[in-house]
Amino acid sequence: MALFDKYAPLMGQFESLESTGYNPFNVSFDRVLSPTEGMIAGRRILLLGTNNYLGLTYDPDVIDAAVAATRNLGAGTTGSRVANGSYGGHRQLERHLADFYGRRHCMVFSTGYQANLGILSALAGKDDHLILDADSHASIYDGSRLGHAQVTRFRHNDPDDLDNRLRRLADTPGDKVIVVEGIYSMLGDTAPLREFVEVKRKWGAYLVVDEAHSLGVLGRTGRGLAEAAGVEDEVDFIVGTFSKSLGGIGGFCVSDMDGFDILRVASRPYMFTASLPPAVVAAVTEALNQLRHRPALRQQLMDNARRFHAGLGDLGFQVGPEASPVVSAIMPDPKTAFAFWTRLLEAGLYTNVSLPPATPKGLALLRSSVSAAHSRSQIDHALSLFADTGRELGLIPAEPVVQPEIRAAAQ
Amino acid sequence: MANSEEQIRSLVFDALRAALGRPVELSDDTNITEGLGLDSVAVMDFVMEIEDALDISIPLDRIAEVKTIGDLIATARDLKGNR
Repeated sequence: MALFDKYAPLMGQFESLESTGYNPFNVSFDRVLSPTEGMIAGRRILLLGTNNYLGLTYDPDVIDAAVAATRNLGAGTTGSRVANGSYGGHRQLERHLADFYGRRHCMVFSTGYQANLGILSALAGKDDHLILDADSHASIYDGSRLGHAQVTRFRHNDPDDLDNRLRRLADTPGDKVIVVEGIYSMLGDTAPLREFVEVKRKWGAYLVVDEAHSLGVLGRTGRGLAEAAGVEDEVDFIVGTFSKSLGGIGGFCVSDMDGFDILRVASRPYMFTASLPPAVVAAVTEALNQLRHRPALRQQLMDNARRFHAGLGDLGFQVGPEASPVVSAIMPDPKTAFAFWTRLLEAGLYTNVSLPPATPKGLALLRSSVSAAHSRSQIDHALSLFADTGRELGLIPAEPVVQPEIRAAAQ
Repeated sequence: MANSEEQIRSLVFDALRAALGRPVELSDDTNITEGLGLDSVAVMDFVMEIEDALDISIPLDRIAEVKTIGDLIATARDLKGNR
């Protein structure tokens, strides 16, 4: 037991959640029925916390591609691409992603987490500097440690603080690599990318943008925030994931930088892990095809996101600064977040609880993620459950802050 | 510019009390995480105030080594002196 003594406080918290019978960190679905519905304990649940932004997990063509690939190529690759060889599908997916982004190079990783580990650890070595947005995802922090670079963080979405950090490093040898995200996964806010690009150019640094939550969501063709902000030429590396808008698992990095492919034999999280199985590669390749050719999905997603974000705000909830597929209601404390989450689940709605240190500024969040697959009536049903629960818990006024007819008139 | 050990100490005390949002007894031996109950992100956030005031950047591996307020003061002085 002594080995786990260090986890005593965490264990206490986890066990107290388990004892309630409703532990948001240990949910098990009996079945998942569609991108928007599942079964828990024999009851039908509306899913509003699965990051399934385009709802492609049940797309018939995506499923057919996965089934055919499994039949033709087997269930798994049983090895790493470096040691045991690539399949044609791995290379094809990399070509499709490079083509989608208009870049020369692409590397595919077995998870989105590993994409950040593999890219950040290989880009910045012991004598280089990584400058991270303070609200970066855990995979960015972990990847930064793996490469032994000097790591500092700047205030979230603050170009002036980034400028200060780079100024302090101006006389220090080593390359400087800035890392930001397109959409931040906790509050759904976006980075001021144009301003960051100016700072990057001023100091001759490199820029990595993680578009995990913005691929298929932002930009004219769905490439993400860099496309939406019109600064793709200034972004040296784009990292992303297959497990959100593309409905699979895996990650990638695209770049135009000469020599990029050397990372295949330098990046340990790429080399020392098994490659994606044929089913996943085929499904993601088809999902990317859908993302490119069905812009209506993106429109539907953002319509739903705006409806839900505005709806929560009108009810009197404190929400993130902009409408995005990630919509978080700020709770006064973790206890209230758990109570809220439990009541929603009992009423048939699945969301997420996010707590510090995973959240910025010590916030307790009730986090939702909206999908293109949600119908308008599902969004409205979720809003009504939030309204009932918020009132029961005394978190919002009895009447909406903004009357729906006023909002309708203003639109 | 706050350079002396005493000035840095008072900076750290002020920033910590602001981060905690309550008056608290502090000394060089106070353990920042275990003693004050700040999580890893809260510590990094409060260190940003010190960085701003001293115009230094403390790398994350150096922050990870800090246990007590005394450690933090020593690290800040070290980085300030090296500039």
